[in-house]
Amino acid sequence: MVDLSVDLLGMRLENPTVLASGILGVTKGSLKFCARHGAGAVVIKSITREPRKGHPPPIVCASGGGLLNAVGYSNPGYRHAMAEYEDLADVGVPVIGSFVAETAEEYVFLAEHFANHLEFDAVEIPLSCPHTPRYGELAGHSGTDITYEIVSALKASLRAPLIVKLSANLQDIGPVAKAAEDAGADAITAVNTLGPGTCFEAETGRRVLGFGFGGMSGPPLKPVALKAVFDTYQAVKIPIIGTGGVSTGQDAVEMIMAGATAVGVGTAVVPRGVDVFRKICEEMEDLLAARGCSSLAEIRGRTHGKQLVQDLV
Amino acid sequence: MESSSYKTSFDYEDLTVRSTAITRIVEEARGIKSFGFRGSLDAQPGQFVMLWLPEAGARPFSIYKDEGEEFVLTIARVGPFTEQLFDCRVGDRLGYFGPFGKPFDLRGMHLALVGGGYGSAPLSFLARNASAQGVTSELVIGARNKSLLLYADEPAIPGVTKHYCTDDGSYGYRGLATERLHELLRDDPSIDMVYTAGPELMMKEVVAVCGEFGIDGQVSLERYMKCGFGICGSCCVDPEGLRMCVEGPCIDNEVAKGISEFGVYHRDAAGIRHPFAIA
Repeated sequence: MVDLSVDLLGMRLENPTVLASGILGVTKGSLKFCARHGAGAVVIKSITREPRKGHPPPIVCASGGGLLNAVGYSNPGYRHAMAEYEDLADVGVPVIGSFVAETAEEYVFLAEHFANHLEFDAVEIPLSCPHTPRYGELAGHSGTDITYEIVSALKASLRAPLIVKLSANLQDIGPVAKAAEDAGADAITAVNTLGPGTCFEAETGRRVLGFGFGGMSGPPLKPVALKAVFDTYQAVKIPIIGTGGVSTGQDAVEMIMAGATAVGVGTAVVPRGVDVFRKICEEMEDLLAARGCSSLAEIRGRTHGKQLVQDLV
Repeated sequence: MESSSYKTSFDYEDLTVRSTAITRIVEEARGIKSFGFRGSLDAQPGQFVMLWLPEAGARPFSIYKDEGEEFVLTIARVGPFTEQLFDCRVGDRLGYFGPFGKPFDLRGMHLALVGGGYGSAPLSFLARNASAQGVTSELVIGARNKSLLLYADEPAIPGVTKHYCTDDGSYGYRGLATERLHELLRDDPSIDMVYTAGPELMMKEVVAVCGEFGIDGQVSLERYMKCGFGICGSCCVDPEGLRMCVEGPCIDNEVAKGISEFGVYHRDAAGIRHPFAIA
């Protein structure tokens, strides 16, 4: 019998799969829907201070063996979101809130006026969106100084544990993860989508996405995410949610071996269906059982240090 | 019972935009045209495609015909996207994604199909498919008045009896499509399945009429669809979060009854709720 359960920031997850923010997760009902299909925890789509319609459709299309998306933080704003997420008890799994802001002050505002009034088990902030003007990458939020500034301001006001979602574009993610940890972050999500990239319609030569370019996710992101998790594990002691291109139990096992405590799943809903969470867990159980492992602790971080060399020899 | 086959997951290659060209444009009613496009969707009645126009973006449309060399969408001029489409001419090139969504599940031997407005498009598609399988239909098409009525000049379909209804009696039966349905179910006990597509409050009433007669049915429940293949969540309905682009749009009446927002509210692009009618 393989035990896939995970303890993360005081949350007890029945399994390590976490619905990544921005995939479904726009209503409480959609969180329940993912929980019912096996997600160990769910992250809501990020909320902003004012309502946002987001970028014009198409907001997502396929390219390069994965997806490109430019959703543009569509959300009803924190006032409507307060009502939407008022009672989270019936979701059935831990719920991680998420909000995004343009400045440290606005992050604090959303902590005080939104997240602190709801029963989120943790809160994730994406300092890393690659395709929404004034946020994330386009606001320069992925540097060490600004990460430290936002995280330390937020930690002084936020009630729930804080998870910081970092960019896939960082050549060296370690210092940014360390800045977040030094500022008091409780966990790191590595990584957000990569890019941005673009794609064109073959006959007209026009860009497919309504916004023109978007963040890349799915299988092509996996090696980038895996290295980011590996490097983050070297740089910090706080737990990591390894996210990016996880589609199978094998992918999830690799993430955990690189040092992840839990594993974000999003784009894989498209090729494998919404029950991808359950499928990944079943595949993980088989893989672990075949290796004679009974828990995830036995493989976590195994790609680090001397053990790796010994395994290879 | 489930429909023969439809996708609940997609290979990435399925989600690239495909090129097509307009083959013909037919004016159906005031502000409503049917556009023919080159190509086959291999679609089933009740499914939809995302039409893509350079610069104007993409919008979902229910399928009216899919006949090998050509597929046809009936489209009302309602906003910037459809305005640009209405400016297009035969031969103009554009793109599409899909088909997407759960189609109608054809069961029953004598059907009542109730369409309001351009909800009539998928039901006409269903009537033709049913006819090809020897299943007969009472096709009820409603509109406010004659000028908004769709497909009044469409050639007869074997085994399909058409009932045109206008609120003002300017064409066909004077009254609501749901009132005509009530009469049909009262007078014809051989009707064993009811399908509906159109304005949500009309569909809510169709479900109520079905309940009154103890007849099974399906509704096509539209919600704001951004992606079309189940990843963005904009079409998730309360309270259980079913995605109307994957688990719908065609759902059993019993499923519709479990959707707390059915006939009550829908969400916009930002996810803000809007009631269908002021209580």
